[in-house]
Amino acid sequence: MHPRDGGWAGFLLAQVDRTKPLLWVQERMAILESGRVHPPGLPPCELIHVEARDARDALWAMEEGLRCAALSCVIGEIWGDPRALDFTATRRLAVASERSGVAAFLVRLGGHANLSGARMRWRIASAPSLANDLDPRAPGRPAWDAELFRARGFAPGRWTLAHEKDRFHLVAGAGDRALGEIERLSA
Amino acid sequence: MPALAIERWAKSSASPPDAPVVLTVEGAHGPIIHAVTRAAAERGARAGARLTDARALDPALVAVAADPQGDAALLQRLAKWAGRWSPLVEMDGADALRLDVTGVAHLFDGENGLVGDVRRRFAALGLTVRVAIAPTGAAAWALARYSPSPPCGGGSTRAQRERGEGANQLTPPLPGAAARRLSLPRGEGRDLMAQLAPLPVAALRLDADTVRTLERLGLKTIGALLDVPRLALARRFREAADVVVALDRLAGHKPEPLTAAPAEPPPRALLRLEEPATHPEAASQALDRLIPILVGQLQERHLGARRLSLAGYRVDGSVAIASVATAIPSREPKHLRRLLADKTAALDPGFGVDAFALTAEWTEDLDAAQDSLVEEPSGERDLARLIDRLTVKLGSRAVRRPQRRESHLPERASGWVAAIFPSPSGEGHRGGVRLKPLDAAKGASERASSPLVRHPPPAPSPEGEGKRPHRLLDRAEAIDVIYATPEGMPRRFVWRRAVHDIARAEGPERIAPEWWRQASSARLRDYYRVEDNQGRRYWIYREGLAGDGRGGAPAWFIHGLFG
Repeated sequence: MHPRDGGWAGFLLAQVDRTKPLLWVQERMAILESGRVHPPGLPPCELIHVEARDARDALWAMEEGLRCAALSCVIGEIWGDPRALDFTATRRLAVASERSGVAAFLVRLGGHANLSGARMRWRIASAPSLANDLDPRAPGRPAWDAELFRARGFAPGRWTLAHEKDRFHLVAGAGDRALGEIERLSA
Repeated sequence: MPALAIERWAKSSASPPDAPVVLTVEGAHGPIIHAVTRAAAERGARAGARLTDARALDPALVAVAADPQGDAALLQRLAKWAGRWSPLVEMDGADALRLDVTGVAHLFDGENGLVGDVRRRFAALGLTVRVAIAPTGAAAWALARYSPSPPCGGGSTRAQRERGEGANQLTPPLPGAAARRLSLPRGEGRDLMAQLAPLPVAALRLDADTVRTLERLGLKTIGALLDVPRLALARRFREAADVVVALDRLAGHKPEPLTAAPAEPPPRALLRLEEPATHPEAASQALDRLIPILVGQLQERHLGARRLSLAGYRVDGSVAIASVATAIPSREPKHLRRLLADKTAALDPGFGVDAFALTAEWTEDLDAAQDSLVEEPSGERDLARLIDRLTVKLGSRAVRRPQRRESHLPERASGWVAAIFPSPSGEGHRGGVRLKPLDAAKGASERASSPLVRHPPPAPSPEGEGKRPHRLLDRAEAIDVIYATPEGMPRRFVWRRAVHDIARAEGPERIAPEWWRQASSARLRDYYRVEDNQGRRYWIYREGLAGDGRGGAPAWFIHGLFG
């Protein structure tokens, strides 16, 4: 994700089961660079926020969270390309997530797509928002430019999406494949 | 410890042991001697005498200012350290400790073993102590200070200890202690009185005037006083009625509880090592032994631990403590073990630790319901354990829950509280979750500030979603904005050296300063939700209006990012 683009949060929260609490881990650098989670702006959900000193602590907190089946999902923001975030670390998260059934979202702010054990890997950017019926000059409902560039069992693709009620809609020029049902992203 | 002050001074100074040194405190008529070394005592210096008088006897005396506060601090530390023998320790005056050793002695092979242990450990610290064990506190006081050879071994010391069977009504005996009784059994009482009889009346802890009166009357020993009919004594010392009371205390007819006693000692497990352990793994190995004991105690009393502390008693007279807290009361051995593991790894054994004590300092009622029959723990408990683990490792400031505050200023409105503190109602903390309390809070805040706020922010209900950003910068950052007119919509802004062309904008949403909290120079803010040509959406605001008399031209800031 681009560090100055908060769009991914809306894309992500749209798919989260909000009946259970969610754990949101932010590395300190991510807080400084792109802001702290602001609960009044989030959809209603029970939130536990962790401010980690560095990527190592953030990954540890994520893994602890993934072992706790009472959570709906764990969101972790990592800044840049820290050494602690290697293939082993991402694979551990993926395995822990599959074992407990808690969804894991590893958000790489300003990083590069290097080796990763994630089951699905997306590149999310904001897209120009939908038209606002009440005021044509105002931003409307958010839309995203989502690119699935690596996934197990899914063909990669690129779509422009918006979220309404409980499902995603294709907005503009569709990709070359039909949009599968998106149930869960794993990191 | 009759020589606490001088021994403490001698340890910290480099002077030869045979120097005639006196410690002095300032009195009304010049310095007064507080403590003396052995050499000085041989030259006629006495504690309590004036320095000038002592100097007249021997001009070679060296006077050093005493440090009563340092002595008190040392005594306090020793009192803590004496927790290794008994959970009930009280500081008595400036130089003595009182321990309630009811039901404790058998852990040290009887009272003689206990006294021997005390004496050995204080000797290792280089402190002179007089130890006495007696059935009543007053008797122990008298024996420790005035007996030529205190019972249970006659050293030159007096950390005094009472075996407070009759005395401690307020303190429940430890398991295994004898039933409490208010008077002593006959045989024991006669024994005690026989030992106390030859002691001077000063051993009754009376004030100096009464002691002088008694001595003038020829009643020099406690035995002589006991021979006088009780009625006559009470009549003679009507004003200072404490003579009879003091005798009763001595004999155990009148209770004299330790004041330092907690209402109920917290659950505690103790492990003594045969040899001092210096390797850091010792603490974690001790935990393996201590946790089952503590959990057993908690189970028996239907308690769950909220805060645990592991104390390592070091051989050099200090204590290393590691403590952890939990979000909900727990007595699950695995969980407690895991919480303590990290902390104990960092416990510094110093010169060696020879005893460990695991105490549940803070407990809450926990019924047996926790021991569920099914394997899977319930969700809430699971979550609380997660919070515990995160908090232990990262600190309570790093693991937090949102807490709503009544404010329109966004940075104030979203408060955080440590997740380890559960909310009393369960709702206040889960900010942004329950709509009902939020609406109520909103109503109140609108009432409070309605005259000032022209555009009250909409309630963060699902319909109003999107009015507040998902992310808020901790500090709003200054940006350069190009706008059509000073009051109009922004057209383009520069944030962190990158240019954002604004494609669409909505606003302003005006948030007035909170005049009852902020300085009068605080300016209002006009918030705009803007979207740049790439679709990224930001929350920016203009602080102040041109010509509002609160500073120069309005400045622009970026405050949040929308998702």
